[in-house]
Amino acid sequence: MTFALETQQLTIRFGGHVAVDAVSCAFAPGTLTAIVGPNGAGKTTYFNLISGQLKATTGRVFLHGEDISGCSAPQRSRRGIGRAFQLTNLFPNLTVLENIRLAVQSRAGVGLNLWSVWSHHRELIGRAEEVLETVALTAKRDLAAAALPHGDQRKLEVAILMALEPDVFMFDEPTAGMSVDEVPVILDLIRALKARRDKTILLVEHKMDVVRELADRIIVLHNGALVADGEPAEVIASPIVQEAYLGIEVAK
Amino acid sequence: MNRFVWIALFILGLLVPLVVYPVFMMKLLCFALFAFAFDLLLGYTGLLSFGHAAFFGSASYVTGHLVKNSGLTPELGVLAGTLFAGVLGYVVGSLAIRRQGIYFAMVTLALAQIVYFVALKAPFTGGEDGLQGIPRGVLFGLIDLNRVYSVGGHPLALNLYYFVFAVFCLGFWIIHRTIHSPFGQVLKAIRENEPRAISLGYKVDRFKLMAFVISAAMAGMAGATKSLVFQLASLTDVSWHTSGEVVLMTLLGGVGTVFGPLVGAFTVVTLQSELSSVGSWITVIIGSIFMVCVLVFRRGMVGELARLLKRPL
Ligand SMILES: Nc1ncnc2c1ncn2[C@@H]1O[C@H](COP(=O)(O)OP(=O)(O)O)[C@@H](O)[C@H]1O
Ligand SMILES: [Mg+2]
Repeated sequence: MTFALETQQLTIRFGGHVAVDAVSCAFAPGTLTAIVGPNGAGKTTYFNLISGQLKATTGRVFLHGEDISGCSAPQRSRRGIGRAFQLTNLFPNLTVLENIRLAVQSRAGVGLNLWSVWSHHRELIGRAEEVLETVALTAKRDLAAAALPHGDQRKLEVAILMALEPDVFMFDEPTAGMSVDEVPVILDLIRALKARRDKTILLVEHKMDVVRELADRIIVLHNGALVADGEPAEVIASPIVQEAYLGIEVAK
Repeated sequence: MNRFVWIALFILGLLVPLVVYPVFMMKLLCFALFAFAFDLLLGYTGLLSFGHAAFFGSASYVTGHLVKNSGLTPELGVLAGTLFAGVLGYVVGSLAIRRQGIYFAMVTLALAQIVYFVALKAPFTGGEDGLQGIPRGVLFGLIDLNRVYSVGGHPLALNLYYFVFAVFCLGFWIIHRTIHSPFGQVLKAIRENEPRAISLGYKVDRFKLMAFVISAAMAGMAGATKSLVFQLASLTDVSWHTSGEVVLMTLLGGVGTVFGPLVGAFTVVTLQSELSSVGSWITVIIGSIFMVCVLVFRRGMVGELARLLKRPL
């Protein structure tokens, strides 16, 4: 079997600090892997190395068995690695719909089209509206992204990723800072995505009940290194998680 | 923007030389087109070029030279100037777009100074004197642009005016189309959040370079047309004063607004002609007005109005 995504000895150093330390891990197509670990463990940085936001000091990244270590961030995105950011990362003065349209447009490959008028691309706008519907933001489509409350910004962040329709979805704490009644919208989306079984999902999430329910597998990062990997029940029960991660979870 | 507004403005543009001195109007249209071209970069892509006079001015030299010494018709002269500015834009843009913020502005300024130096020293530019007596010529070999009509006892160069107006409309239309194309949407995305545009798969450097080339070419089209109106291509056109002036016009009118560059150009061109008698104090006066506007109207005149009326203008 070719893995959807694989990292080999992926490492990045910031000065003397090793933020991601020789992480080798392969992700089977159609699976959902939760990545857990305390704050500062290197989860976000690991995502940055996979999506190409950061260049690895050493190590390689493979997508569907192909070495993409030399590819730039936009190339990786076009090849099918998509991500939502932990810190909301929107186009603040564009409307909600425009934010999503930009992802739809990239997906459709009409970015360099200079000759047509945007509003005539009905099919792209229709697709953007569809995505908007799934995160229950239709009523706010014409508001500037910056004017949305935090929870809606998080939804928009996820919606942009959904609109991009990559092969590999990376969610970085998608529900962080959301109110309790907003969380299910996001989790339902991820659940539905997982049910399709044609997309590979990486999910950084702190809420253990969520992880236990959604994940096919859990990997644990600690000080940049991969310290545990396995079935959810097994990993959650392991001493290293109890100590390195759940200790913090309980303290919170 | 409502179709009727466009039609009304178009008719206004056709009739205005009967009321307003055509040379003033032609100067305004050239500078307004220049400002619209500049705003494609500043307002829609988030790039501050401090060397746009290089495109405006070099095109006016190229057009002037070809029309005067090679006998090109005016429309081909303007086309040649526009293409030259586009190619120059490609060169300058390729060197500048990898820099961010103030460094981008510095690179464009430095390259524009090189263009200024060439204009000063090259054999065909007329050095300090510039290129004088550029003939307006006969459009398509049919329409004499020098022809003056007597309307109500006033001699009006209407052929020339309508030629300038047509060039302006063409340039404005190209820029407007660009802004409202899928490409233009990506430019806005780059202005808003470049890293996120990258993560969506956009090769932003390519977009910035294309925007730069279009902007440079349109600035060139404005400068080329200006050289026919004033029958002059001079060092002023390539100087950093002119680069600064277009920044000023755009900021005064309102960055990233539909009409801001036009209103800004109108304000500056009016002040210049009204205050031409006060000599060098004009710089101080325009500078002060600019300061007040920046402090009071942070979004520019049109930008503030649009905010008050809660609709894009
Ligand atoms: N650009 C950077 N420069 C320097 N240090 C960084 C940078 N990005 C991340 N780090 C460091 O790498 C470590 C891992 O951070 P991060 O990946 O954000 O952790 P997590 O997402 O697991 O909370 C932290 O110690 C952080 O300070
Ligand atoms: Mg993180």
